[in-house]
Amino acid sequence: MLDAVGVSDPDALFDIPDSVRFDGDYGIDAHSERETRAAVEGILDESADLTEFLGGGHYDHYVPSVVDHLSLRSEFLTSYTQYQPEITQGFLQALFEFQSLVVELTGLGVANCSMYDRATALGEAALLADRVRQSSGETVLVPDDLPDRVRSVLDNYTDGPGIGVDTYPTSEGTVDVDALADRVDDAVSLIYAATPNARGVLEPHLDAVGDLADDHDALFCVGSDAVALSVLEPPESYGADIVVGDAGVLGLPTTYGMGLGLFACREDFLRQVPGRLVGTSEDDAGNRAYTLTLQTREQHIRRERATSNICTNQAWLALRAAIHAAWLGPDGLVDLAEECVTGVREACDRIDALDGFTAPVYDGHHFREALIDTDEPASAVVERCREAGVAVRTVDDGGTERLAVCVTDTNREAVDALIDALAAEREVSAV
Amino acid sequence: MSQEHRDRSDRTGEASDPPHRQTRWYTGGQYVPLLSEKRSKTVSVESSLPNDLTRDELTLPALAEPEVARHYTRLSQMNFGIESGSIPLGSCTMKYNPTFTEDVAAHPGNRVHPLRADADKQGILHLLYDLQETLATVGGMDAVTLQPPAGAAGEFTGIQVAKAYHDANGDGHRSEVIVPESAHGTNFASASMAGYDVVELPSNENGRVEVDALEAAVTDDTALLMLTNPNTLGLFERSIEAIADIVHDAGGLLYYDGANLNSLLGKARPGDMGFDIMHFNLHKTFATPHGGGGPGQGPIGVGADLAPFLPTPQVRETDDGYETYAPEHSIGRVHEFVGNWLVLVKAYAYILRHGDEGLENVSETAVLNANYLASRIEYEVPYGPFHHEFVASADADAGDVAKSMLDHGVHPPTTKWPEIVDEALMTEPTETESKRRLDDLAAAFNAVAEMDADDLTETPRTTAARRIDQASAARNPRLSWHALDGE
Repeated sequence: MLDAVGVSDPDALFDIPDSVRFDGDYGIDAHSERETRAAVEGILDESADLTEFLGGGHYDHYVPSVVDHLSLRSEFLTSYTQYQPEITQGFLQALFEFQSLVVELTGLGVANCSMYDRATALGEAALLADRVRQSSGETVLVPDDLPDRVRSVLDNYTDGPGIGVDTYPTSEGTVDVDALADRVDDAVSLIYAATPNARGVLEPHLDAVGDLADDHDALFCVGSDAVALSVLEPPESYGADIVVGDAGVLGLPTTYGMGLGLFACREDFLRQVPGRLVGTSEDDAGNRAYTLTLQTREQHIRRERATSNICTNQAWLALRAAIHAAWLGPDGLVDLAEECVTGVREACDRIDALDGFTAPVYDGHHFREALIDTDEPASAVVERCREAGVAVRTVDDGGTERLAVCVTDTNREAVDALIDALAAEREVSAV
Repeated sequence: MSQEHRDRSDRTGEASDPPHRQTRWYTGGQYVPLLSEKRSKTVSVESSLPNDLTRDELTLPALAEPEVARHYTRLSQMNFGIESGSIPLGSCTMKYNPTFTEDVAAHPGNRVHPLRADADKQGILHLLYDLQETLATVGGMDAVTLQPPAGAAGEFTGIQVAKAYHDANGDGHRSEVIVPESAHGTNFASASMAGYDVVELPSNENGRVEVDALEAAVTDDTALLMLTNPNTLGLFERSIEAIADIVHDAGGLLYYDGANLNSLLGKARPGDMGFDIMHFNLHKTFATPHGGGGPGQGPIGVGADLAPFLPTPQVRETDDGYETYAPEHSIGRVHEFVGNWLVLVKAYAYILRHGDEGLENVSETAVLNANYLASRIEYEVPYGPFHHEFVASADADAGDVAKSMLDHGVHPPTTKWPEIVDEALMTEPTETESKRRLDDLAAAFNAVAEMDADDLTETPRTTAARRIDQASAARNPRLSWHALDGE
């Protein structure tokens, strides 16, 4: 090969001026495959062995074995974006089925292939609202319990076009509809509300929020996730124009915060949708075929006038979510969602029975998570749980530090350990 | 480091595989039905929640596991991955993904929640720290954030960091980002998303940045120049130091698009060329699988002056281990957590496996392979000397050429871009293709080059689907199975 290209050393092919040549070392030693695995796994093993009750935007459900075995088939895992649809029909059909799943769950007409995570999906929703409702102002309203992490991403996304982000009050753990009515005006382009919300409470009055948005020509964006939506009323039915959230609750176990951003909207906004869309067409033989479509929205065609800069997305995780949903079927999805209702309810009943705990803090129906009041500082409770091998966290709930717990199918059997850890505190306190 | 995917020798006589063929998915109007067409079920939602919160029913496919497995296995057989054959997509860097990295990603130590206390996730923070420091060394940068979840997200993050830096220096009026006309579409879109006006820079007759045009374009309003080096023609911007001086003298910053960093490992570092900000495409340079469109990961590196503006949290080493902290003037977050953790793990494992010598070998072999392949094809390659990729010019419609190549069992190159080359075939074979594979690829190029233009439009003939009507898909959007009812 060197002869064919006329050099004796590949280095001669590099057309780099000497003045910017790198003649140092990175200082990285090479390792055999066995050594590499041992080294990386050794590092990973430095984390503590804890039973987690964390949540807060990243949730763990059991992912059936078949999801790994199918999604890791190299034809899926190692393929590129489907720019040649004639040889990528398989992935395109899977993404089409994922989009269909999201349409069914949200009730909205259009779902894309994915965003990075729920926070970036919310950022894209704010930008879409700004594009489609330019006449009606440029403020996005979010609830005051929106996690700081999500708010920070939203602030970055809205910074460029100069969209303002403002909060509206919650009270008793849910949206304060009257206060929102006082706050909203015609300068608002989007109202966001989540169900379950950041306190784990299912919002009871989202239809009223939808009406307020409608009254002010603002879009209504609902945040949720693919498991919760399996039992909850479809957001389209109470006026949602956009649904964002996490679809990685299917197919993706705890992975240090990886997400699968869900994005669906009304069909009117089709040409303003960010990200990839798969549609059907026909091939030359007259058969149904799938292809990426409406690509003139996208950066590689429309450049600075694209609806978003997104290119690489979370396609493989969408495939995994679709497989997981197919494995569960509608009965399995409803059962899984119901377990998210009953698991946290039962855990709260047991915690509330302990001296010094009030669980949950707020009335209302919870999903996976709940806030808990403690007689002692919540951070002290967290530390004692940690010593017992249980990870829980605190949240700043409107200036009060509270305990938060998350219960799903994967840690439900460990609730005994959680109770023991909390009760141990009571014994210590009693001494 | 073993030699498992290097093939510099001129061994001959090795037999080629027959062309990759996917099963034709139709005979007489059949296709693989959607899951919903196989068996759909409507269930009444029974819940302990009150009725006003819940849906009445849910309609979704309902199949037993064997049928689910067969469905997706069948779909995988209608999909082309890197283990199916070469994917020489220019700019996309589709190299073989070492399978052991999936085993590392499956290790239970990855199952850690991001909201744990620092002391309880030392393994995660240790790896994040090592990787950020390693990338800083590879890029010649002072600080790195791993957070951006893709290359385009890295661009957006870098531009936000630049904006915060300018604001802090009383330079908030800078409103323009300069982008060469041949740049990736994401550069334009990311700058625009961050609120900047995009100034497009023409190339010169050699396919590189026209320095005089740059001088004219740079003003007191310039916030940033975004460059890919080597550029999308595979050419090194030899005037990079002069370019950096022009931008810096005007108070602007220089951004490096890392899409082509895989050609510079061990050879040159963006920081040494004068770049202030760069992103890394871990899924390209460090071989994590592309997953049919993602996930990727797009960390950014910056010089010391910009480090206080990086996203939060960053990781640092202390006497007791590792801890997270917020940089002093942080722009905040661009992802709720740290992006695609598993991509970070796989890239880290890839780097550790290769070491200095192996990484340099990656770039050398990638550049050699591109030059060898170009020397074997009949299409003209107008610009050089190129590195890991080249852009050939088809004498027919490049899109038709691509469809015809499908019949030869290979994935075609990127087509019709960059536009500076007529009917562009942007080709990047990567270092993991053997000489035999490169010869097979060249044979596919050359067989298509011999075809009549009319015959090209009749292709592909042997693929799972025949040529697909793109216009109809866009004119009559059907984007879910709900839209197919009755079809």
